[in-house]
Parts: sequence; C-alpha cells; structure tokens
Amino acid sequence: MGMIGQHLLNGMMQGTIYGLVAMGFTIFFGVMNVIKFSHGDVLTLGAFGGLVAVWATNSMGLPVPVQFIAAFAAAMLLSAVAGAGISHFLIMPLRNAPPLNMLLMTMMVGTVLREAIRLFFPNGTNPQRFPELLPSGGFNIGSSFFRTDALILIVAGIASIGVVYWIINRTKFGLAMRAVAEDVETARTMGINFARVIPLTFALGSITAGFAGTIYGLYYSEINYGMGLLLAVIGFTAAIVGGLGNIWGAIIGGYLFAGLQTFVVAAMPSMSDYKNVFAFVLIIMLITWRPTGLLAERGSERV
Amino acid sequence: MVTITKRAFAALAAVSVLPLAFGSLDAALAKDKVKIAFVGPLTGALSPHGIGGRNSAELAVKQMNADPKTKYDYELVVLDDECKPNIGVQVVTKIASDRSIVAAIPHYCSATAIATVDIFNRFKLPMVVWAAVLPEITYANKYPEVHRVSGILIGQNRVGAEFMKARGYKKFVSFADSTDYGKSMNKYFTQFTTENGNEILGTFAVPPDQQDLSAELTKIKELNPEVVYFGGLTPLGARLRTQMAKFGINAQLEGNSGIMGDAFINAAGPELAEGTVTFFDSPPISKMPGGKAFTDAYKAAGYSEPPEAYGPFAYIATHLVMETIEKAGPDRAKITAELADVKDRPSIVGPITFDDHGQNITPLTTKYVVQDGKWMVWEDSEYAAGKRKLKNLP
Repeated sequence: MGMIGQHLLNGMMQGTIYGLVAMGFTIFFGVMNVIKFSHGDVLTLGAFGGLVAVWATNSMGLPVPVQFIAAFAAAMLLSAVAGAGISHFLIMPLRNAPPLNMLLMTMMVGTVLREAIRLFFPNGTNPQRFPELLPSGGFNIGSSFFRTDALILIVAGIASIGVVYWIINRTKFGLAMRAVAEDVETARTMGINFARVIPLTFALGSITAGFAGTIYGLYYSEINYGMGLLLAVIGFTAAIVGGLGNIWGAIIGGYLFAGLQTFVVAAMPSMSDYKNVFAFVLIIMLITWRPTGLLAERGSERV
Repeated sequence: MVTITKRAFAALAAVSVLPLAFGSLDAALAKDKVKIAFVGPLTGALSPHGIGGRNSAELAVKQMNADPKTKYDYELVVLDDECKPNIGVQVVTKIASDRSIVAAIPHYCSATAIATVDIFNRFKLPMVVWAAVLPEITYANKYPEVHRVSGILIGQNRVGAEFMKARGYKKFVSFADSTDYGKSMNKYFTQFTTENGNEILGTFAVPPDQQDLSAELTKIKELNPEVVYFGGLTPLGARLRTQMAKFGINAQLEGNSGIMGDAFINAAGPELAEGTVTFFDSPPISKMPGGKAFTDAYKAAGYSEPPEAYGPFAYIATHLVMETIEKAGPDRAKITAELADVKDRPSIVGPITFDDHGQNITPLTTKYVVQDGKWMVWEDSEYAAGKRKLKNLP
C-alpha cells in the first residue's frame, strides 16, 4: 500500500467538494430549519455560469488568470442570486408551512433549474468540456503523484471554508445570522432586519455551492446538467452525519464520505462499482448509532 | 323563377361529380402509408451517435419515398431511449403495442437492447438492430423477430488482442463500465488476452455515469500497466482518457467500437485522443462499397451532425426493413418470415447475410488509430508506417 498518500489526496479533493456542499445545507438548516434540496442544482447553475464566463473572457482574448477569476466570480454571483431569489420568492412566503411542503418545493425548484439547463443551454444534454485553467501535471513524492491543480483547488476549498467560518463568527452579518438562528422574534425585537438577513444567508450558502461547482469543473474538466443530483444527496448525507446545523459537522461529514468511497476502491479495487453502496451503508450504520450526527447540533452553536 | 332544363341539369350533375371522380382517382393512385420506428439515444451524453443514426435512417426513408416505383409511402416514427434500459422498455412497449407500426430499427446501446429483445418477441414486432454489439442480443435467445446488421463485440476483442500482442504489449489493465455491455467487453477481452499469453494486472468496473475515477486511476498507476483497455462508451471513455492524463498515466489506451466516432475525439480533445487504438466491425465509410454514395447523399440532405460510426448501419437497417416490406407487405409476421431469408443482400457496407439467430455474419473488423484528430485505418496511418509510435511500446 504505497499509495496511501495518493488516496489521501484524492479523498481530500472529493471531501473538499462534498464539505462545501454540506456546508450550504447546514447553513440553511441552521438559520431557517429548511432543507433546501435545490442546492445541488444551484451548484450546477453556478458551474455553467462559470463556464460561460470562461468562454466569454477567452473570446475577448483575456489571459488565463483573468478567465480563472471570471469563472469563480460568475459562478459565485449566479449561485448567490439564485439562492437569494429562491429564499425571497419561495421560502419566505412559505416559512410557516409544514417542513414537508418546503422540502417538496425546493426539490421542484431544483428540477426546474436542472431541466432549464438541459433544455436551454446550447447542447445542454451533453457533458460540457470545462477548459483547463490550472497548470497541468504534478510531481511525485515516493509513489504518490501530486496533481498541481488538485493541490491548488484543495487549498482554495479549505480557504473558502475558513472564510465562511470567519463571516459567520466574526462579522456583524454573521452575528445577525446567528441571532436569527437562535430566535427569530427576539432578533427582530433587537432591530435585526429579518427580511435582509435571510436572503443574504441563502446567498452565502449558495456561494459555497457555486464555488464547489467551479472547483468540480476545473478538477474533472467536465460539467453536465445532472451533476448536482448525486452531489446534493452526498452533501446532504454529509451534513446529516456530521450533525445538521453544525458547520464543522458538515465538513467532517464531507471528508468522511469521501474517505469511505476512496477506502473501498483502495482496499478492494475489483469492487469499485460498489463504492457508493458501501459508503451509504456505512453512513446508515453511523446514523443509526448517532441519530443526531457525529457533532450534534447544540443550541448555542447553531450555524 | 329559374327553370332548369334536362340538359342543364345533366351538365350540372356532371360538373359536380367530376371532382369526386378525380378525387377517388387520386386516392387510388396515392400509396398506403407504412410506419416504421427508429429508436436510439437522442438526448444525453450518447446523443451524437443517436442523432447520427436517426439522420441516416431518415435519409433512407427519404430516398425510398422519392422512388416512384415503391409500393408504399414510409413514415419514420422516431423515439428516444436515452440509452437507458428502463426508458428503452417504455418506448419499445409503446411502439410494439401500436399496431400501425410494422417494424423497427432499434438501439445504439447494448444495455438497452438486451432489455427490450423480449418485448419485440412478445409483441411479434420484427426489428433490425443498427448498432448495439453485445453478443447476447441475438444469441441469448432464438427470437425470429430479432436481427442485427452490426457486428458483435467478440470479433473486436479477438482482433484487438492479436493486434496488441503483435506490437509486443504484455501487461494490461481492464477498465470497463458495469453494464452488461461493459461486462461482456471485459469477458472477451480477458479471454483473448490471456489466451494470447498476456497478463491482466487488474480489472476495474465503474458505473457509466461515474465522474470521479481518481481512486481507480491511483490503483492503475500503482499497477503500472503498458496498456489500459477500455470496455465502455464514449462519455466514460473520454473521462478516462482526460483523467489518465491528469494522473500522469502514460499507458497506451486500447478501446473498441464504443468509443469509435468523432464524439470521442471531440470530448477528449484531439491531443489526448492522439494514438488511441480501437477495433470496429466495419471499414471507414470511404472504403465501403457504397460509401461515397452514402456520404454524398448525407451531405446533400443537409444534416449538420455527422453520421458517426454507426450511421451507415442505421441506413442499411432501415433500407433492409423497407425492402422487406416492399416484398412481403406491411404485415409483422410476413416481414419476420422474409427477414429470415436475407442472404448476400447487397448494401453499402457489403453483403448482408443473417445466420439462424438473425445475426449478420459478414462484418469486417478493422483496426483504427487516432491521428491528428481523426480516426484512421491502422494500415494507412503514420503509426503503421513507423513515423509515429504508440505509447509505452516495449
């Protein structure tokens, strides 16, 4: 098993993407008690926005670093607008409805987004080649091959997790978010503009999805209209297993899921087509053991 | 008051009856409409192949309808199976239960075709498969309704194993999708490669829509094979090629008919696709007996999408079905009986002869290599001439 380092790196890359997706789920749930199932499709929307931005900047003859920044900026902006829009027009009016209605509604929004990409994006039914904007190649340490682009993306992903954590815990907006998460009525009495904090919270959660979508495109050099589906299921699972409503739980859940998938292939290569099955079975066992997640949500630490 | 004389009345009657008479004459001259169905992936990742096949089938119908000597006016009912077995079962059930459809030209994907053959048999709907190459489609049962003009994957793998051995390659890894198609590819690849005395270091199977191949590729890199064999279809094949490069795996890629076609080169990019070898049950269109005529007609019809590798097969399958209807009439049972006797029937890919399982036994497996963004017959390539070299040659 001289390839442990390599598997760790693969797991880290996938775990970063899963963790970013799971973080969005946990932010929405922590503040509004909403399971926003369109999250994966917002990620896809962001990734396609990033792709269009690369096409546009490339056709203008702008250098690769500008294309790279444009991809992330467009993806994050588009997903932020989509997330804020969903919360303002659909979640807020329904906030007193039963949670099941909300779940159903967000699932339907996700389907609309997904099908809209499939039907209206040029050649949208086919996978789209995402241009390579990061240096290709890599280097060997022992028997492990370290992809340069993977290392950059992992660092960027972890940094973005840090930034979100900082926003929630160190800024005024984060304080308002946490106050709303604690008690909406008291927060309103204390002068927090509820109608502004909620869409901004959804925008923040969705930005992480847009960011993850672009990382995905850059790492795999390919995006497709259905990519958000499985990512949403895995991200949601990661959020639950970590402890829904707890950011660290979501991140641990993301890395755990990626670790389980990688472990199955590393330990039993011939069983690689069962890797999702194994990972989900183990997660089911974990949830049965700790129904509230590995890091259970505590009142004082929501979001 | 106007009075009508006898003569005027007769003239009036004649004038009013004339259009009726001509109308019925028109009706007598008009040909009966006969519906045949085309099924293939028109959406999703494999749609370039499905659309190329559909265009080719449409072309055959247009040509037939333009011929004044034919007895019937043909209508092509086109349905999308998305290359998914469950969708394939739905659409085939739909066409099979529609009695106005008398025959079908179904399926690009083997996994879909193997799921629907029973339905064709149950509803007694004759069909001619245009692309799917899994042997079991024709050989698992002896259904009189099931025929196939394309080859089977056994020949591709036999020729492939011999070719790779002749180049001196010894160490292989098999990477296939986990569908029936991928499993069958892996089965015959393993059989012929080990029979040739070569070694298979590892076998990997992944679902065709799996995105992340890093764990599998890590293991493959550790095994350090000379050749990575791929048994699957274009989207996964292109993903494998792209991610192999990202992991710095320098092995030679050996494919088969599943990645044959422009779609693979477009998806992987010409640079990464360069030097990929593949084995396909037909020479290129330009070398087929009626290849030029087909290409010219396809261009003249103005299709913007290429026919892809199996377009000519969709074309000949559709022609064959219509020729059979011309002979036997638009009746499912009679068409089935007539198709059983197809022997040395000329077509643009050469003569078609069905064996007792409805399998065309004359396809010619040809070796291909990607050179400068195009599939080329191996013998005509700079690789065969020694000007370029395959990867990892021992």
